[in-house]
Amino acid sequence: MRIREHPILDFKDKRKKKVTIYYKGQPIEAYEGETIAAALHAAGIRVLNYSRVKKRPRGLFCAIGKCSSCLMTVNGIPNVRTCITLVEDGMVIEENKAELPKNKEGGKKKEIKKVRSDIIVIGGGPAGMMAAISASDTGAKVVLIDENPILGGQLVKQTHKFFGKRSQFAGIRGIKIAEILEEEIRKRDNIDVFLQTSAVGIFQNGNEKLVVGVRNERELIEFYGRAVIVATGAMERTIPFENNDLPGIYGAGAIQTLMNTYGIKPGERCLIVGAGNVGLILAYQLIQAGVKVEAIVEAMPKIGGYFVHAAKVRRLGVPILTRHTIIKAEGKERVERAIVAEIDENWNPIPGTEKVFDVDLIAIAVGLRPSVELLQQAGCQIKYVRELGGYVAIRDEWMETTVRGIFVAGDTAGIEEATTAMLEGKIAGLAASLRLGIADEKWIEEIEKAERELEEFRSGPFGKHILEGIRKLLEGSK
Amino acid sequence: MNEIPNYLRHGFITVEELFSIIPKPSEERLRKGPVAIPECPQRIPCTPCKEVCPTNAIKMETPNDIPIVDYEKCIGCSLCVQICPGLAFFMVHYIGDKARVTLPHELLPLPKRGESVRLLNRKGEEVGIGKVVSVVPREKTKGDTPIVTVEVPIELAWEVRAIKVVRE
Repeated sequence: MRIREHPILDFKDKRKKKVTIYYKGQPIEAYEGETIAAALHAAGIRVLNYSRVKKRPRGLFCAIGKCSSCLMTVNGIPNVRTCITLVEDGMVIEENKAELPKNKEGGKKKEIKKVRSDIIVIGGGPAGMMAAISASDTGAKVVLIDENPILGGQLVKQTHKFFGKRSQFAGIRGIKIAEILEEEIRKRDNIDVFLQTSAVGIFQNGNEKLVVGVRNERELIEFYGRAVIVATGAMERTIPFENNDLPGIYGAGAIQTLMNTYGIKPGERCLIVGAGNVGLILAYQLIQAGVKVEAIVEAMPKIGGYFVHAAKVRRLGVPILTRHTIIKAEGKERVERAIVAEIDENWNPIPGTEKVFDVDLIAIAVGLRPSVELLQQAGCQIKYVRELGGYVAIRDEWMETTVRGIFVAGDTAGIEEATTAMLEGKIAGLAASLRLGIADEKWIEEIEKAERELEEFRSGPFGKHILEGIRKLLEGSK
Repeated sequence: MNEIPNYLRHGFITVEELFSIIPKPSEERLRKGPVAIPECPQRIPCTPCKEVCPTNAIKMETPNDIPIVDYEKCIGCSLCVQICPGLAFFMVHYIGDKARVTLPHELLPLPKRGESVRLLNRKGEEVGIGKVVSVVPREKTKGDTPIVTVEVPIELAWEVRAIKVVRE
């Protein structure tokens, strides 16, 4: 179901030309600019596939191209991530068939497109965009690649206003910040943007770095540069419970993508697992989209996110049950119910405390883990740092990893905030340019300024564990 | 040690808890005109309220401090209510046996001036009916958040923190 009216968002202008796609032979109405998965959801299709062995139904989970639950066969090409692939008129969508398409070109070797720049930024979220802008300001030629069809990363679904200082976009909605940064990028002619382009590997090629990219699942592109900034973000975590693979159980971010980016109502009644900022913010956004939030359950004895976010949904009648967890989802082809129970000090469900919620939607908001696959592949030293959300690359004060010329920024460098991601992106962009000898020394002052702002932002109780995690990374770089 | 405050267990703060953290404005001040009340008891890195205040009535030494309003300096302009990213600022004003509560309202429909709305407390419970005395739409606010002022019985001044617009 498409959202027509919303207190914050306007979808009228966003829905461009109507197109028709074919799912299992049935015509489905979609709009240009929508992803395949979003269009299928709007048509009420939740089951995208069945698992290979047990034939269990599979639906969307992350909606940002990071997991494999939405892979389908599109125009004969298998394993297409339908959550980040845009609809095209006449597209043929089928359940995923794990067979290679016939090579129509008859095996003829095609000329590979080569793109050259000084700095390659992978990831067009707040960290990557800020890195590209900062590096470009020093005079570097920058290529920015992202596998999504739009720039902005997760900002494009953040309808809430940001915290921090006003000079760091505080008081402005995430969606607006994405627009501001995109505009900054578009007006710099030394930044080249490649959307719908996945970076699949980073290699050393003589004195250069080579990033191998695939555009639109079809075209191979080789990006050459002297430095690479990896700002690939993070991936939603999940937790084990019975039937946690049923369609209708999504990562919190996927629900935000469906309703805030594509204007599709993800369900009617929702249970949220996790009372961190993501879970709390999501609850508010669901209410704004006209979805009833039955409850938020949180295993910890206290709310993990900002109290003000909790107060916002509490006063609209959403119960927040601390020391509770989901123990089971029920339903045939999709979620119909969630069973929740109170847990004891050892996190075991207390018998007799079960509550049943009739919901068609379950949001998992239990945290994120950094996307470090590319860094790992490139040979950067990786370390498990609990405070930063899992495995992260060891790096120095200038965000450079143990492989010279490869930098990190944003959630990839440790799970935090968009505000800190932008500051880290700025440091990485300037540092990369300094290392290449493009930026002159006066830019060091700008790095120091960003470092001071980071320090200030992290100086409160919420920054304490982050600082501890970063200390571990810096230790490893020495 | 490490006692968890009640508001972090349940997601709402009681009036007693709130005024054990921030001062309560005097009756005299509340009668003089609207005054800003920050319900922001936790140390988070955030400063727009302080930055937007035209009279420097909001004290905050570092960005992670909680905002404390100097009620005598506050002129009731509502800019903090409009800009607060946490929607945690409200204004209260006593008039006769009524109180006017100004609150952010980012939901549809936006009520109209003169309309009767249901009043919700911090737990989302309906505690009465109030009359909307003014509405500032989002285009006219500083922080892209519509704000609504409702008139409520004076005994509900410290209870009502949201409204529900029900149209048959």
